[in-house]
Amino acid sequence: MAHPVQRQAEIVELSPVGAYHRLVLQAEGIAERVLPGHFAALAVDRADGSLLLRRPFFIHRADPAAETIEIVLAEVGPGTRALARQRVGDTVDVVAPLGTSYSVPTAPASALLVGVGYGGSPLFGLADRIVEQGGSVGFILGASTAERLFGVEHAKALTPDVLVTTDDGTFGIRGQVTLPLTEAMRAIEARVVYASGPRSMLRAVAEVCSRESVRCFTAVEETMACGVGVCMTCVLPVVGDDGESRFVRSCVDGPCFDGSRVRWDDIGSVPADLEGAAAMGGL
Amino acid sequence: MSIDPASVDLTAPFGSGTLPNPVTTASGCAGYGRELAKFLPLAELGSITTKTIMPYPRSGRATPRMAETPSGMLNGIGLQGSGIEHFVEHELPWLAERGARVLVSIAGERVEEFAECARALNGQPGVVGLEVNISCPNVDNRGLVFAANPATSHDVVAAVREVADPALPVYAKLTPDVTSVTDVAMACVRAGADGLSMINTLLGVVIDTDTLRPHLAPSGGTASGGLSGPAIRPVAVRCVYEVHAAMRAGQFASVPILGMGGIRTGRDALEFVLAGASGVAVGTAIFNDPTAPLRVLDELREALAVRGFAKLTDAVGLAHHH
Repeated sequence: MAHPVQRQAEIVELSPVGAYHRLVLQAEGIAERVLPGHFAALAVDRADGSLLLRRPFFIHRADPAAETIEIVLAEVGPGTRALARQRVGDTVDVVAPLGTSYSVPTAPASALLVGVGYGGSPLFGLADRIVEQGGSVGFILGASTAERLFGVEHAKALTPDVLVTTDDGTFGIRGQVTLPLTEAMRAIEARVVYASGPRSMLRAVAEVCSRESVRCFTAVEETMACGVGVCMTCVLPVVGDDGESRFVRSCVDGPCFDGSRVRWDDIGSVPADLEGAAAMGGL
Repeated sequence: MSIDPASVDLTAPFGSGTLPNPVTTASGCAGYGRELAKFLPLAELGSITTKTIMPYPRSGRATPRMAETPSGMLNGIGLQGSGIEHFVEHELPWLAERGARVLVSIAGERVEEFAECARALNGQPGVVGLEVNISCPNVDNRGLVFAANPATSHDVVAAVREVADPALPVYAKLTPDVTSVTDVAMACVRAGADGLSMINTLLGVVIDTDTLRPHLAPSGGTASGGLSGPAIRPVAVRCVYEVHAAMRAGQFASVPILGMGGIRTGRDALEFVLAGASGVAVGTAIFNDPTAPLRVLDELREALAVRGFAKLTDAVGLAHHH
């Protein structure tokens, strides 16, 4: 996992991007440590404010030369609204980089990257990494409606293999990202699929990949109180290397998991074989 | 009247001995220390209080386990943990190597399970005391928490005191969800508690108005969780104040109080000290700021200096001297 630092980061850019906000933060010692799939935990209120819990955001891009990291946020509640109302020049208390990054193939490989909404933001740094290593990428980007798509132009600049879906058909294929998934995997002879977005999508993608016998890595967006591994609120039932299932922390053992190891159907319950399972040992 | 902060003597009464300073972490808010060590040197805290450890591994509750609330949060983790054996073998040596002074929080579902944990900690490196988390459901009594009444609280503390190394102070962690916290405090002190930790979380329920259901996953027939954070601070200060007053009045023996509940700044910590606490624990504030325990220590030193206190102990319980 990452070695996080805590910084008072200056906002150097805050601009709308579709239905979302692009937030660029400058702070030393963070960008150079970022790997694809790492996240940042941002304080959203004043030091004496009533919203205590940090909000986790995937790091969309990291620029070590400029010492900046970029995140994408949606206004979904009071915390993210407060962040979106900040101004360039304000500072934000950031802890980053956090979590376990995506496992990137060591040999050149064809990879399919699947993202829904701004949840797809970590896939672009990942694409750069895969291409740097001589691999190739294709994208499926989806959203409920056109304005909630994220990164379509960015993806098209990286590869000709970009499919877009919207639930309401306002852009691209009408339907969800899983609709063209099998075909797209076959078309680019994908050896590995990376997915990032809501849990229901990750689960559906993991299912298709298992059917097609293709490796699948998923970056989860679980709610968490601390982001650093102490609160135990963000756990998921995951099968470890030893075949035993445990509730592991999305913030340190994830957010990037082998999609075939996450027991998607058991999230929200305590399966019988997890009763009494050791917890803090990780995977 | 202000003095040099560096000259303030922060030595804090702890059981019948002392710790170098009064600040610890609240149980369940600092794991077993490893994650926090990336943000602060654990040895600089008076002690580190571990997440509660039970005799056996435990998976905890289903998710969702948490809801944010005004100036606080509601959590229902369900005491997820790896068990005492794992702790003694893998976590404690790591903490001891770093010079951390460890206050080990222990629990069980039966009186003898508390004793089992205490026994396993005798003679282990780094341990400076035991904190008995009696806010754990008692399987022999319809799942009611031990802390809910003086008699069961007494039984747990007595059982732990009996088997624990006599050199290790035993603290009882009290819940505010009782008719009289003083009665429970008295029972614990009479059972041999060397200190009192106050307070544990308050029971609460949050309903999700979108799903129309309780926000926390139901567990054992309850949808409730523990409320923590600055929202509960006045309740915690009240408990400390009340119990300290009872000890001053001679209702039972005086033991040090470890105050906790919503401490976010040194000023907050001083409030607990003035109410009667000789130690303070930082909990939920860690989720907001992983360096909070050390920051609170610095701010408390400053707050004492500004008010002219040469020693922490000069301020303990001062709010009662009127």
